[in-house]
Amino acid sequence: MKRAAFNHRLLPVALLVPQIAIIAIFFYWPAWTAIQSSFYLEDPFGFGSTFVGTDNYTRLFASSEYLKVAQFTILFTVIITVFALGAALLLAVKADKVLRGARTYRTLLMWVYAIAPPVAGFIGVMLFDQNIGPMTDLFNWLGHDYRLGLNYMDTAFAMTITSIWIQIPVNFIFFLSGLQSIPQSVKEAAMIDNASPTRRFWETTFPLLAPTAFFLLIINITYALFDTFGVIDTIVYGNPASNPMTLVYKVFVDGFRGNDIGGSSAQSVVLMLLVLGLTIFQFRMLERRIHYT
Amino acid sequence: MSMKTLLAATALTSALAVPAFAQTEIEFWHAMGGSLGDTVNQIATDFNASQDEVQITPVFKGTYEEALTSGIAAFRAGEQPNILQVFDAGAATVIGARGAVVPVETLLTDAGADFDIEDYIAGVRYFYADADGTMIGMPFNSSTPVMYYNVEALETAGVTAPVTWEEFQTVTAPALAEAGYIPMTQSHMPWIFTENFFSRHNLQFATANNGYDGTDVTINMDSPELMAHWAAFKSWVDQGYAGFYGAAWGDNATPFEQGEVAMWLGSSGSFGGLQQTADFEFSATYLPYWEGVTSEPTQTFIGGAALFAMSGHSDEENAATAAFFEYLTSPEVQFMWHQQTGYVPVTEAAYELAKSEGHYEEFPAAEIGIQQLQLPAGEWTRGYRMGFYVQIRDVMNREYTRFLQGDVELEDAFATIKTEADELLARFAQTQGG
Repeated sequence: MKRAAFNHRLLPVALLVPQIAIIAIFFYWPAWTAIQSSFYLEDPFGFGSTFVGTDNYTRLFASSEYLKVAQFTILFTVIITVFALGAALLLAVKADKVLRGARTYRTLLMWVYAIAPPVAGFIGVMLFDQNIGPMTDLFNWLGHDYRLGLNYMDTAFAMTITSIWIQIPVNFIFFLSGLQSIPQSVKEAAMIDNASPTRRFWETTFPLLAPTAFFLLIINITYALFDTFGVIDTIVYGNPASNPMTLVYKVFVDGFRGNDIGGSSAQSVVLMLLVLGLTIFQFRMLERRIHYT
Repeated sequence: MSMKTLLAATALTSALAVPAFAQTEIEFWHAMGGSLGDTVNQIATDFNASQDEVQITPVFKGTYEEALTSGIAAFRAGEQPNILQVFDAGAATVIGARGAVVPVETLLTDAGADFDIEDYIAGVRYFYADADGTMIGMPFNSSTPVMYYNVEALETAGVTAPVTWEEFQTVTAPALAEAGYIPMTQSHMPWIFTENFFSRHNLQFATANNGYDGTDVTINMDSPELMAHWAAFKSWVDQGYAGFYGAAWGDNATPFEQGEVAMWLGSSGSFGGLQQTADFEFSATYLPYWEGVTSEPTQTFIGGAALFAMSGHSDEENAATAAFFEYLTSPEVQFMWHQQTGYVPVTEAAYELAKSEGHYEEFPAAEIGIQQLQLPAGEWTRGYRMGFYVQIRDVMNREYTRFLQGDVELEDAFATIKTEADELLARFAQTQGG
């Protein structure tokens, strides 16, 4: 391996400074402030703050509402990740085999990617709207009285479907390029060895796709945890009521709607720890099993 | 160029330039979108044109919650606007933070303006005042819940608008349901069916004088009268005497506008909007009350928002803010605001002007809100003052929705609201160093 060397000692430091500064300003500093204010109860205008120890945390875990939100978040994340990855993989495998009009076909599948989450959330709201939504009509026709914004499960359904729908194209693009980078010779060798397409997929194609799949797994979990904010906000906008929400949305609701700075800081610290734990788990447990070519 | 013209030109230039230099610029953050925002801009433009000492710039900041949050963030950064519009539920937050605002009463008196709290309409007067009755926020867009009805629907069913809830459930609702209408919807569960329920029946809403006397407050969500009202509302929803389409305002207003719902409990401030959206004849009446609870129903109080003069500005700017407030509360401006939006005029003089201009002969429904605010007052009709109230309302909306959906029992829903609300109130007291 060739070892790159700098001929000046300070040059690497100078090159690193911008990056470190960005991380310090936009991550370490706010994170530190959040940890700090999670131990206080503060007047929104900043006039007085009372040190309350771990009160903000104990209160969180004693709150059945918070635990319910946490439970929903986990379920929501698992469902989105499984379905967004599964559907995209299926579409990519099929698209990979298309010969005629492949380009048009792929472009159509990627199209949704260009839609901004709030816009997609808005389309979701329109589809499931109580008065004008075609999906609502469909459910009513099937005999289910579908009520977005009123029924917890109905709202959760609309949120999940919309969130999955937006994420599929991203996954699709990555899976497709992953599939196309599998050498033709490997595929042909597998074909000679093995007759069944299913076994061929699971024993040759899938392991070779694993690095892509692992990367997408992380991306999708992060997406479901954080980037679904726009969709959720559009659906419950202005009125959380009994609608489902994720932990991130709750930080926003309590902090920015309710002006409870201490409480929402505690929540964001919890979230930070959750993500940290998840990342360690992913890299320790899963990455070891993956073979990078 | 002759000397004369030159002199004249110089004189003219300086005449134009001097007031421009002396002008005080103030900023006004508000949450009035759509046509309401246009009216606010109109008022600001008219004010700027009416004099040349003050130049006001209105800035739209999104929803009420967003406007309050931006105001708070700006204050912490030392860049607060001169005027911030804060809604009813946020009043405790801004009034509690003693150093954040200059009481409007002090502001106006210091600027040498006449200020008499008695000039304001009864139901408006003390809502944004402190425990001593000093007005802190200037009531701006004030409204109160009223009942709108579709005239034709009631005629078809052969009934008149109900005065009491007893009349509604035995006479009005069955007849309207028979005629093929959903008899009633309401658009704001905490405001109409909780806060103003207490006021209309003159019942105590919270300890410590409804919260005005301090931050050591608990909420009376275990009121048997309120629980009975909610049990009745659920039974109406279940038997088709009332509709429930969600916690958001529009969810319940839309079916009324579309003519499916015969009566809608909304805001007196909805009047202007309804005139544009409803293509049928509508009218309004007082919020019904339970005869079984009281034989002397009292006034409701206001919702909407008030304008707060934020502290940390120079005397000069404060005087400019005072000048704008004076302009805003002048009868002519109040009447224009009332006429265009449906929000009530906040002063007696503006109300008199609206009457003498014949506004209510043309639109009788526009007068209902202000009349209801002037019904006999009671001990508990002044309003309420509770911290973290935005979250308390969210808890109410959540539990009410679950109850109406049949997910929780009445007692459990109310117990949850009481527990969580009391906890929030105790936490708010802590933030205030209580």
